[in-house]
Amino acid sequence: MSSTFRPSNASETRDVVAWCADSGSALEVIGSGSKRGLGRPLQTEHTIDLSGLAGIGLHEPEELVMSAAAATPIGVIERALDHAGQMLAFEPMDPGPLLGAGAGTIGGVFACNLSGPRRIKAGAARDHLLGFSAVSGRGECFRSGGRVVKNVTGYDLSKLVCGSWGTLAIVTEFTFKVLPAPERTWTVLVQGLDGKTATGAMSAAMNSPHEVAGAAHLPRRAAAASSLEPVSGAGEAITALRLEGFGPSVEQRCRELRHLLEDCGGTCVLRSEDSRRFWREVRDAAVLPCPDHHVIWRISVAPSSGHVLLDGLADRLDHGAFLDWAGGLVWLSTPPNGDGGTGLIRAAVSALGGHATLFRAPAAIRSSVPVFQPQPAPLAALSRRVKESFDPRGILNPGRMVSGV
Amino acid sequence: MLMPKPDQSVIARREEIVARLRDIVPGEGVIADETGMRVYESDALAVYRQLPMIVVLPETTEQVAAILGYCSDHGIKVVPRGAGTSLSGGALPLADGVLLGLGKFNRILEVDFDNRAVVTQPGVTNLGITHAVEDAGFYYAPDPSSQIACSIGGNVAENSGGVHCLKYGLTTNNLLGLTFVTIEGEVITLGGKHFDSEGYDLMGLMTGSEGLLGVVTEVTVRILRKPSTARAVLVGFPTSEGAGACVAGVIGAGIIPGGMEMMDNPAINATEDFVQAGYPRDAAALLIVELDGPGVEVDHLIGRVREIAEANGATSVRISESEAERDRFWAGRKAAFPAVGRIAPDYMCMDGTIPRRMLPEILRRMSQMSRHHGLAVANVFHAGDGNLHPLILFDANQPGQLEAAEAFGADILKACVELGGVLTGEHGVGVEKRDLMGEMFTEADLDHQQRVKCAFDPDGLLNPGKVFPQLRRCAELGRMQVHRGQIPFPDIPRF
Repeated sequence: MSSTFRPSNASETRDVVAWCADSGSALEVIGSGSKRGLGRPLQTEHTIDLSGLAGIGLHEPEELVMSAAAATPIGVIERALDHAGQMLAFEPMDPGPLLGAGAGTIGGVFACNLSGPRRIKAGAARDHLLGFSAVSGRGECFRSGGRVVKNVTGYDLSKLVCGSWGTLAIVTEFTFKVLPAPERTWTVLVQGLDGKTATGAMSAAMNSPHEVAGAAHLPRRAAAASSLEPVSGAGEAITALRLEGFGPSVEQRCRELRHLLEDCGGTCVLRSEDSRRFWREVRDAAVLPCPDHHVIWRISVAPSSGHVLLDGLADRLDHGAFLDWAGGLVWLSTPPNGDGGTGLIRAAVSALGGHATLFRAPAAIRSSVPVFQPQPAPLAALSRRVKESFDPRGILNPGRMVSGV
Repeated sequence: MLMPKPDQSVIARREEIVARLRDIVPGEGVIADETGMRVYESDALAVYRQLPMIVVLPETTEQVAAILGYCSDHGIKVVPRGAGTSLSGGALPLADGVLLGLGKFNRILEVDFDNRAVVTQPGVTNLGITHAVEDAGFYYAPDPSSQIACSIGGNVAENSGGVHCLKYGLTTNNLLGLTFVTIEGEVITLGGKHFDSEGYDLMGLMTGSEGLLGVVTEVTVRILRKPSTARAVLVGFPTSEGAGACVAGVIGAGIIPGGMEMMDNPAINATEDFVQAGYPRDAAALLIVELDGPGVEVDHLIGRVREIAEANGATSVRISESEAERDRFWAGRKAAFPAVGRIAPDYMCMDGTIPRRMLPEILRRMSQMSRHHGLAVANVFHAGDGNLHPLILFDANQPGQLEAAEAFGADILKACVELGGVLTGEHGVGVEKRDLMGEMFTEADLDHQQRVKCAFDPDGLLNPGKVFPQLRRCAELGRMQVHRGQIPFPDIPRF
């Protein structure tokens, strides 16, 4: 009989996992369930619902640190940080709109290591996790890291659990770095560039001393999908560069950046709330031209390669797309025909270096093609041994990342 | 320092091993004479010394793979070494082990400004990377104080930090790709010039693993554009509490300085005697706050830092008005270790981290410990991130003083853990803090770490005797504990 367990603390979590480890029963691990549509579909005997493990345990703004239980809603965390003038600098994306679910929990954010546009300046979710407490697939409690940034005591298992999709251990509490939120956010917009010219402009901006904290390129169709008139109204492609920080600094850098980009044609500036709204649309891929039933790919390549990938696919795959991370993150949508573009996309990404994740697709496609970029055999074997070291019976989210692991 | 017992059956096969290694690395690449090996007997933690069995200096990834494959097949231990600047004994040799030096991997392979990346061999120095890109206005951000000598491969092994990591992160936050060789001789590439991992973040795991998981043969780092301006503020405080409150005040105001360093009175006076940087000798604590970024921002923030310092009782505040003056402010801090070296025959440099607000408390405890152990201590801190570098002064020629210094050091690190901090912020566990791991971790915590080691190195041949206080066999670690047979938790809601 299939059960859903709802432990209310770490020791009950351990009891559930220990029992499943004994009996070899597979467990699906969920917080609020908002990211169930991500990764490979699971078929497990039981489910462990961590929603009973919620709440902020510690927030010391002057220490730039927060601890929270696994299933603390991300909204609760962001409100508490906002109140203290702080933020999660890696700008976690809210996949809710794309997946038709909620914003999810802090556990889901770290488990999937999904970072937003500021990733190019501030690092990924994995760069902000300082320590954690967890129950491994052995049904044993352990912890790693601490609450300070400078820490090289033992292996950095925080990096390993980030992006492990709940397959190594059930983290019950996370301790992470929080940073001051910028006083001001402005965005310089350039109109009408093609992918190659836009990538050059983004690179010039990133290579300037103006501390660009977001660089995205929206081809015409993506720009048209924005809710902001200065972006959608132009009827052209938009390249956007974000500047954040103290007021006088942002004003000066904005002037200098517009000067730097003079050769690219006219520029205009999105200020404050418009600017924040625009980057939420980029973060959540809300600007991706994408009918409801299309499949969605999230592809990471070197920043100079994103537009090359799209140019190469132009005549071969019906798609919509935009670029984030100065050209290094490609969001792409395509009709759900056949393998959903898997063959073409994976071949192109392998040639350029990088990885492609099938971010949204019907379960039939997600279970028939690899959702994550397949790894060379020695690396796949090593990853499997790492998995087995934490979860020898393979009971935690089995098959979520790779079939049979 | 107790190291794993040398395996005499391996030592007995030494001649044969030398010959086989010479087949793999021809010419001068294998060193087997005592004089030649002597320079490798310790790293920068020179109190611990051990002559290796053999030194091998390969030049290609293929040679590294062949050496490791051979050692793995024949049960021979391997200690990897970069530039040998470890402060925790990470490269301390083993009497029955091959010391694998990466010094010949000294070329930068590619500079890619379009992707802000440098691909380099691991033996290139930290500063060598910056030198390769600084003409174009770029730099590599992590800046350990040994950056002129330490290698980027060693930085990966230790996850090195530096003065500027409060704002720009540690090594782990500035890496894009790695190629490494497993003990079995398998070559594995992680990452590249793109962001984030497609599977488990093994690059993050490798970083700071102290040479226990694999041997890095190629590194891709992220480079940054140099900030257009940097200015420093030098602030003297009559109490360490005042300095601590100022640090909290700066961060609390939303300011992340490029660097924020603190020195206590003994350190101030030792450096002042040595380099005459113009530090206030009567101050109980000195802060150097460096702000970098666009000129207008630095000028704006420096005024705010001055206000915060004055509100916290600063007795002197000086702001650098030129690059020369900024360099002078830093001269004392940068000379702190040699300066302290002048006032005592020996010193031991510790490396704990505490939550920032515990700075006054740890200073109070350290002065008590100083009286208890009868040894003086001078303190320099990366105050912005709570990383302490207490320098314990002693004379190794006086009977009992080395032991007293070791005990004092251990007490400081235990206090760091007690106050919510950690044993090591940036120098690594190595052999130095190995036996203190139990202060911070339970047996279950350490078992989970050691099982990761087993996934990479099932026979425990790579750098054994470092990091973990107890060597456990992988078969024993891998055994599943049987918990109970029934569903015993009626209290947990089930649906």
